[in-house]
Amino acid sequence: MAEHDAATRQNRPRLSLHVPEPLFRPGDKVDFTHLVIPHAGLQPRPDESCHPRETFALCTDLVRVLDDDHQAQGPWNPRLAPDQLRRILREMALIRAFDSRMYRLQRQGKTSFYLKCSGEEATSIAATHALDFEDMIFPSYRQQGCLIARGYPLVDMINQIFSNRADKLKGRQLPILYSAKSVNFFTISGNLATQLPQATGFAMASASRGDSKIAVGWVGEGSTAEGDFHSALLFAAVYNAPVIFNIVNNQWAISSFSGFAGAERATFAARAIGYGIAGLRVDGNDVLAVYAAQRWAADRARANAGPTLIEYFTFRAEGHSTSDDPTAYRSAQEGVEWPLGDPIARLRDHLIAIGEWSIAQHESMDGELDEQVKTATREAEKNGILGHGLHQPDRTMFEDVFEDQPWHLKEQAAQAVHERRVKYPDGDTA
Amino acid sequence: MAIELKMPALSPTMEEGTLSRWLVKEGDQVSSGTVLAEIETDKATMEFESIDEGTVGQILVPEGTENVKVGTIIAVLAAEGEDASAAAAAPAAEAAPAAAPAASSAPERPRPVAKASDPEVPAGTNMIKMTVRDALRDAMAEEMRRDERVFVIGEEVAEYQGAYKVTQGLLAEFGPKRVIDTPITEYGFAGIGTGAAMGGLRPIVEFMTFNFAMQAIDHIINSAAKTNYMSGGQMRCPIVFRGPNGAASRVGAQHSQNYGPWFANVPGLIVIAPYDSSDAKGLLKAAIRSEDPVVFLENELVYGRNFEVAQLDDHVLPIGKARIMREGSDVTIVSYSIGVGLALEAAETLAGEGIDAEVIDLRTLRPLDKDTVLASLAKTNRLIIAEEGWPVCSIASEIIAICMEEGFDLLDAPVLRVCNEDVPLPYAANLEALALIDAPRIVAAAKNVCYRD
Repeated sequence: MAEHDAATRQNRPRLSLHVPEPLFRPGDKVDFTHLVIPHAGLQPRPDESCHPRETFALCTDLVRVLDDDHQAQGPWNPRLAPDQLRRILREMALIRAFDSRMYRLQRQGKTSFYLKCSGEEATSIAATHALDFEDMIFPSYRQQGCLIARGYPLVDMINQIFSNRADKLKGRQLPILYSAKSVNFFTISGNLATQLPQATGFAMASASRGDSKIAVGWVGEGSTAEGDFHSALLFAAVYNAPVIFNIVNNQWAISSFSGFAGAERATFAARAIGYGIAGLRVDGNDVLAVYAAQRWAADRARANAGPTLIEYFTFRAEGHSTSDDPTAYRSAQEGVEWPLGDPIARLRDHLIAIGEWSIAQHESMDGELDEQVKTATREAEKNGILGHGLHQPDRTMFEDVFEDQPWHLKEQAAQAVHERRVKYPDGDTA
Repeated sequence: MAIELKMPALSPTMEEGTLSRWLVKEGDQVSSGTVLAEIETDKATMEFESIDEGTVGQILVPEGTENVKVGTIIAVLAAEGEDASAAAAAPAAEAAPAAAPAASSAPERPRPVAKASDPEVPAGTNMIKMTVRDALRDAMAEEMRRDERVFVIGEEVAEYQGAYKVTQGLLAEFGPKRVIDTPITEYGFAGIGTGAAMGGLRPIVEFMTFNFAMQAIDHIINSAAKTNYMSGGQMRCPIVFRGPNGAASRVGAQHSQNYGPWFANVPGLIVIAPYDSSDAKGLLKAAIRSEDPVVFLENELVYGRNFEVAQLDDHVLPIGKARIMREGSDVTIVSYSIGVGLALEAAETLAGEGIDAEVIDLRTLRPLDKDTVLASLAKTNRLIIAEEGWPVCSIASEIIAICMEEGFDLLDAPVLRVCNEDVPLPYAANLEALALIDAPRIVAAAKNVCYRD
């Protein structure tokens, strides 16, 4: 076939394949002036129960509240009380201190893996504050902030990271893939984007039962490439499900820049337009904008007015995880030049600007939080660290496979107890 | 009390690394967060930070030392108020051997000593040592040079050189049109690959791990494997789906599964699961040339192991042929992939107890070389299967069925399978070790069928 066509093909225009390439690679000078960053306060705020099309212009805009002088502007200002803002500030600073210590613990071999959320703290913490406690959270793996915002104990998080004797997940799961039913936080899956159709399903079940809980999913911009993302949106649109999809667009999926998920062609929020659901594109480093957008979407879902897709535009300030080395693929200058700043610094400056906070208070808070994390770590270490002697008893491996333990696993569990008794006659025979 | 600084594990699978550079010297004051050293793994160069405050006592492993095992004490830190020199004394003796680079190399892993020389390699061929990772890369590079239709597609295969560095150097040699990074959707790029194969190209689809290929399984089983059949032989789908399979190290239940039996169940698919570098290279080249769709199952824990490879211009091995890794007369141990190393280790132990075991590496799971299995059974009359995977509906089950149907009269004992525990793989190191097969369990089963305890 190919040989036959060769002669006629010569004069035809040749097709060429496009492969996306990021603007900056290691060592490159970084210039973000191509990013359109509108002034804070200019974006209109439609009513929560509006027709989806009234939000479509916001899918290519950027909802912002905090201006360059650290003042809150415009209709999206959620007018939160200073006490609540200070609480959000404290939780964001806590998760940053926590991340920093856990990261160093991994480098010391006390756990095999860790993953920070630096620069993206607002997208989990401020968003969780805008929800009700009963609302079900379907996170990806970078939403440790949701647990902090729901008051989940640091010690329990560290026990899970160490996979030790007090680990509530019984040593079964990778570090940081938390599961916390007590705070309505779904079991994190290592498989990308599967949480989104499940969030839609949860929301549909809630609606079907006449319940009042909504479902809220988080996903990275890279994972929006998964078929699951599209299925989740389609079903949410078709059944008008009470669900919120938060896309954390932190620009990088390990080494793949956002262009590999389609960012060269459209914003991620604009995916909402094709499905006919409400969409918002939001400054993810602006705590007030993040809160306001999430609250708007939650109120909309609660009013049976439908699902919302929110793109939080932010920046992954550190590597993907402890297994990653970002200097191999992106310019170190990107973090320095990022035009939307740091979410913690911006909220701090806002509170100072309105006379509700000071540098001295901030520094003393940071000191307290470091101590809090250090104390929790010491407490968790008493239950064992990775590879240390204190871990889940051997027989537990055969539990929870099925609701009722099958006979062959009962036998294996008994054998495990027996072998341990033979090996350590004087020891703990658990 | 002095704090011992140990060589950190910078990733779940890291076993050793290079201490590239010390950024502090003995006597320096350090605080929490101070970068102490740079450490290079096969994946990246990373900074090693101090978590505690104190004074650097003695540096026990000099910079530039390669193959430093995880857990080796590399320096000692004196806590505040302590004498740094005194802090150094005690652990120094214990850690001394690690300071000499020559002495710190990792103990040799069991390597196959192929007593039965592979008939495909001419005698006297020059042999070179090579990791499985490099052997796979060379196989792809050679085939890409030979046939311009061959290309690689997958997540992080280009700029990042592959999540496990199997595609190292391919982007530089072949460019971004033949080494293609993709959006994060296995379902998407398995479909793209299947379409490209139907369109006349020869795709190699890399899955970061086969665990992620579960969402792509519809394309593999319902499209790639059946195109030739459903089109009445008009349309073929020559494609290779490859990547690591099976349990790695501490990656939990969702990322530790052996899909060999799943794919081997499907008519229309070739399924290959090599163990050493020579088979990895020779069989991947054969897979790329195959007119049939191939599922090529690698193993993350084996990527870094060194084996001998024949230095040939074109090292291609036949698909569907098992390999006798060790000849023996008392009992046959059938295995594949990482299980082969364990079976060889078990065979050595058994030899010490007077049991002469024959070890067979299936290499290809579909089509299965039952002739080699049955010939060995005819010789030993006792057979066990060592499989890093679950026991139920496994390759082990299939071998047992073959032995029952076609080797019943040869059996002096029931065929036994040594597999992982029948539970999702737990993360915690102690539970993980208990759940996975190991050489002692293979030894016990072999003695059992020999009626020796």
